[in-house]
Amino acid sequence: MHSLNYHKASNASEAARLLSGTEDGKFLAGGQTLIPAMKTRLAAPSDLVDVSGAADLRGITVSGRDVTIGAATTHAEVAASGELRNVCPSICEMAANIGDPAVRHRGTIGGSIANNDPAADYPAAMLALGATIKTASREMAADDFFVGLFETALEDDELITSIGFTAPEAGAYAKFPNPASRYAMCGVFVARGDGGVRVGVTGAGADGAFRAGEFEAALGGEFSAEALNGISVNAEEMLSDIHGDGVYRANLVSVMARRAVAAAS
Amino acid sequence: MSEGIGAPVKRKEDKRFITGKGKYTDDIRMENQAYAAFARSPHAHAEINGIETSAAEAMSGVIAVLDGAQLTGDGIGNLICGWAISSKDGSPMNMGAWSALATEKVRYVGDAVAVVIAESKEEAQAAAEAIEVSYNELPVAANIAAALADGAPQVHENAPGNVIYDWELGDGDATAAALAGAAHVTEMDITNNRLAPNAMEPRSAVATYDDAEDHYTLYSTSQNPHVARLVLSAFYQVAPEHKLRVIAPDVGGGFGSKIYIYPEEIVCLWASMKTRRSVKWTAERTEAFLTDAHGRDHVTKARMGFDSDGRIVGFKVSTKANFGAYMSLFSSAVPTYLYATLLSGTYDIPAIHCEVLACYTNTVPVDAYRGAGRPEASFVVERLMETAAREMGKDPAELRRVNFVKEFPYQTQVIMNYDSGDFEGNMNQAMEAADWAGFTARKAEAANRGKLRGIGMACYIEACGIAPSAAVGSLGAGVGLWESAEVRVNPVGTIEVLTGSHSHGQGHETTFAQVVAERFGVPLDSIQIVHGDTDKVQFGMGTYGSRSGPVGISAIVKACDKVEVKVRKIAAHLLECNPDDLVLEDSQVKVPGTNKALGWHEVGLAAYTAHNLPADMEPGLKEGAFYDPENFTFPMGCFVAEVEIDPGTGKTDVVKFVASDDFGVIINPMIVEGQVHGGIAQGVGQALLEEMVYDESGQPVSGSYMDYTMPRAEDVPSFVVEHHNTRCATNPLGIKGCGEAGAIGSPPAVINAITDAIGNNDVSMPATPAKVWAAIQASGTSMAAE
Repeated sequence: MHSLNYHKASNASEAARLLSGTEDGKFLAGGQTLIPAMKTRLAAPSDLVDVSGAADLRGITVSGRDVTIGAATTHAEVAASGELRNVCPSICEMAANIGDPAVRHRGTIGGSIANNDPAADYPAAMLALGATIKTASREMAADDFFVGLFETALEDDELITSIGFTAPEAGAYAKFPNPASRYAMCGVFVARGDGGVRVGVTGAGADGAFRAGEFEAALGGEFSAEALNGISVNAEEMLSDIHGDGVYRANLVSVMARRAVAAAS
Repeated sequence: MSEGIGAPVKRKEDKRFITGKGKYTDDIRMENQAYAAFARSPHAHAEINGIETSAAEAMSGVIAVLDGAQLTGDGIGNLICGWAISSKDGSPMNMGAWSALATEKVRYVGDAVAVVIAESKEEAQAAAEAIEVSYNELPVAANIAAALADGAPQVHENAPGNVIYDWELGDGDATAAALAGAAHVTEMDITNNRLAPNAMEPRSAVATYDDAEDHYTLYSTSQNPHVARLVLSAFYQVAPEHKLRVIAPDVGGGFGSKIYIYPEEIVCLWASMKTRRSVKWTAERTEAFLTDAHGRDHVTKARMGFDSDGRIVGFKVSTKANFGAYMSLFSSAVPTYLYATLLSGTYDIPAIHCEVLACYTNTVPVDAYRGAGRPEASFVVERLMETAAREMGKDPAELRRVNFVKEFPYQTQVIMNYDSGDFEGNMNQAMEAADWAGFTARKAEAANRGKLRGIGMACYIEACGIAPSAAVGSLGAGVGLWESAEVRVNPVGTIEVLTGSHSHGQGHETTFAQVVAERFGVPLDSIQIVHGDTDKVQFGMGTYGSRSGPVGISAIVKACDKVEVKVRKIAAHLLECNPDDLVLEDSQVKVPGTNKALGWHEVGLAAYTAHNLPADMEPGLKEGAFYDPENFTFPMGCFVAEVEIDPGTGKTDVVKFVASDDFGVIINPMIVEGQVHGGIAQGVGQALLEEMVYDESGQPVSGSYMDYTMPRAEDVPSFVVEHHNTRCATNPLGIKGCGEAGAIGSPPAVINAITDAIGNNDVSMPATPAKVWAAIQASGTSMAAE
C-alpha cells in the first residue's frame, strides 16, 4: 500500500469540505473494496476521507412503509434492524448474506451502491425496490443511477447520503454465489408492490445490474414461479467468464427468479 | 502405554500455534534488515531489450537495484532440475536455462527481472514499480496444445517443438497385442487440472551475509533445508556448504511447493552479500499465485482392455505433461517415476505401456504438489475402471474385486513391487461404512427433493517412503533419498532427537517423540524433536512424498537401536546382569521380577560421568543413523463419495465421504485422521473447485481468491475415516505413510459419483456448477429428477 493522508469526517458536509482540499482524495466508507485495491497497489489515492463515523450518514428510519437508510449504515446493521425487518424482511435477509461477517460489519450500503460492482447484491435490491438514491444536492431513481460496470450517475466527489424506498408488499432475494469470491454470480431480487412487480438482477448481466422486464410483466399477471416458465433473459447479454458462460448465467437468472418468487409468495 | 505408538496424543506443537506464538520466517527480524521487492514480467513471453533502473535507484529508501546481468556476472548459477530423464530414443532431456533473474528473455508472467533492496517493504515495492523494462513481446505457448502445435513459439531454443522428453515405461508390443485381443476396450480422454498450491503461509526468505566470517544464513520456508543448502552451494554457487546455514523454522504448509529452491531465496542471499544488509522477502498472495510451482496439468488418452470375464488384459496410457516455462527441481520425476509406476493401481494388469511427452509452456513451472503424479495416475485408473464397469454393465465394485492384486509381494509391470495389503478388505469396509447397499433408497429420497444423487468409489494406491537410494539413482535421481537421525540422551535422561525430516504441519514433534517414548519407556515430555536447521542436524533429505513416517521415523528407530544397545550394556554392567534380561519401561531399566533396577536418568548420568563404564566403552550416550529404505511403501485404500446435485444450478454437494485406508502401523491416529481430512478436502477442491487458468496470451485468469476457488468448510461433509491396516513388510515399524492419500483417492471418487448422478460421463475437473449443469443439459437427466 502506498502512504496517504487519512481524515475522519464527523458529518457529510465536513466530509465534502475535507475532500475538496485534497489532491486525489477518495471517500472511505467501509473500505471493503477500496482497501483491498489499495493493498494490491491498484488504487493509490492521495487522501482518504473516512465517512464511516459521520453521524448524519448512519441509521435506519421507518415511517409507515417508507424506509430511509443512511449511506454509511453497515450491512450488519441493515440485517439486524427489527424495525426494517417488520416492513421489508427481504432486504434484511439479503444484507445478512453479503460477504462474510467482517465484510458485513465494515461494508456499507452507500459504498456498495457507489461502487456498483456488477456482482454486488445491493444494486439488484435498489432496482427491485424502486429506491431513490440521495446526495447532498439531488435525488436519483435507482433506474437512472446504475449506469454500467462500476459506473453510476454520481459526479466526481459526490457523496451518497441516504437511500429511500417504500417497502413492497412482498419480496425476496435469491442468490447463487460465485464459487470463488462468493459475490453474486447471479442474484435476483423480486419485489411486488403498489406499482406492480419489479425484478432486479445482479451478477449476471454483461453491463451490470439490470431489471428483467419480461419477468416483471409475467409476474405482474400472476405472481408465481410457474408464471416464469418459458421466459428467459438473452444469453448474449450475460457475462461470460471462467465460472460460467452466458447461457449458464441466463439459466441462473431464470432459476434464481423462480426461487425468489417462490420465497416471496 | 498411553503416550506411545497408537495413542491419539494431542500435538505438542499446537500450544504455540494456537496461541499465535509460532515462529515463521516472516517473524524473523534481523538487525540491519532491508527488504527485497521484485520487478516481474507482465508478459508471458518477451525479449528484454533493456532495463532502466536509474529512476528506481533515486527513490527514497533504495539501497540497491540489481539485475540478472549482475547476478550472472557474480557467478551465480542457473536453477537446475535434479532428476535426469531420457527419451525413448536414449537422448537426454532438454533442459533450458533458468536464471534467478531473467536476462535475455522472460518466459512467464511473474518471471523475475530485477530486484530492489530498500529500507522498507513499501519503498522496495514502489521502486520495483519504477524499474522500466523494455520488452519485445513474443508469441505465446500458454498450454499443452499450443506448445505442441506445428510452428509453436519456442520457449527454449534447445527444446525443439517445446519437447523436454518423450519417455516411456512398460511393454508397448505386449500391451498393443493385449488390447487388440480384448473383448472390451474402454477409451477415455482425461484432463488433470492445474492447481496452485496455496499454502497458508506464503514463501519467505531472510538472508544475512556476515562479512567478518564470510558466512551466510538463510531463514527460509523450506520443506528440506539441507537439500536447499546443497543445491544453493553445489549448483547456484551462492556459498560453499560449510559457509551457509539454512534454517527452516515453523513453516505453515508446503504441499510440495516448498521443496524447491526458488529464485527469490538465491537472490536474497546474493543481495545480502552485495549490500551487506540482511535482506527479507515475503511473497504477497498475488506473487504466490504467480511464482509458486503449480501442480498436475496433464492431458491423457487411456485405453483399458478387458477379457469377457471382466479381467484387465492391457492398459495403454499416453500423457502430455505441462512443465511450465522452466524445469523445476523435481519436475521431471513427477509424470514419470511418480506417475507411470502407479498405473497398475490396485489391480493385477498383465500388460501396461505408458508414454509421457513433457513440454514447456509460457506458464509458471509445474512440479510436485500433494501426491505428485500419484493423484494423476489414480484418477486415470479409477475413472477408467468406473467407466468400463458402466460400459460393460458390470457392478463397479465387482469389476474391481475380480481384478484386485490378492497375493504379495506383487510385481507390477511398471517397476513397483507391492509388499502388502488387503485391497478387498478396504473396499468391503468402505462400502459397509458408506451403506452402499442403501444407496438406491437414498437416491429416490433425494429425487423427491429435486436433487440428483450419485455414488462413486475409487481404490487408490500410492508409492510413499521415497525411496531406495540406489534404485532412484539408477532411474536418474541426482540425490539419495535416505534419512538421518541422531538420538542424544542427556546426562539427566532427557532426550533430543535430531531429524532430517521437516515438519510444516505434520506434527513430527509429537509423533516422533511417541516412537522414542515407547521405545525407551520414558515420558513424552522428556523428548524434544529438533529439525529444520543445518547447523543442528547434520544432514537430511526433508519431508515430501509421505516419507517422514516410513523413512524419517525408521532412521530414528535405527539410532534408537544403537542407543538401546549402549543403555543395556551400561545398565547390565552396573546391575551385574545380562543385557538381554533388561527391560526399558516406566523410566527404568530393570530386570523384571527382581530388585535390579536403575532409573533411566541414572543410566544417562552414568554414561556422562563415565566413572564406572564397561571396559573400552566411550563416555556419552548419543548415536546417529542413516536409514535407506529397501523399497517404497504402498499405502492404499478405498474411498466412497456420495453427492447431491441441484439440477437447476449444477451445484454439487458432497453429502457423504467414507475413507478406508491401509497406512500400515499408525503412530498417532488423531494426527493421521487429520491428514486424511486435509487430503480429502484438497482432493475435493481439485475435483469440484480449483483450477489455475491461463488465457491464450499466458495471462493468469484465476490468480487471486476472487477467481481461484479454495475449498471451504461448507464444501466438505463430516468425513468417515476408517482403517483396515496391513503392516508394511519393508521398514522396522511397518509404517506406510498417510500424508497424501486423501488428495490421491478423492478426485476420482467424487467425479465417479457426479457422473453417476447425472448419467453423463463427460465431466472434467473441476466439476464446477456451470460444467455440471451443461453436462446435465447434454444428458437430459434434469427432467428425470423433477
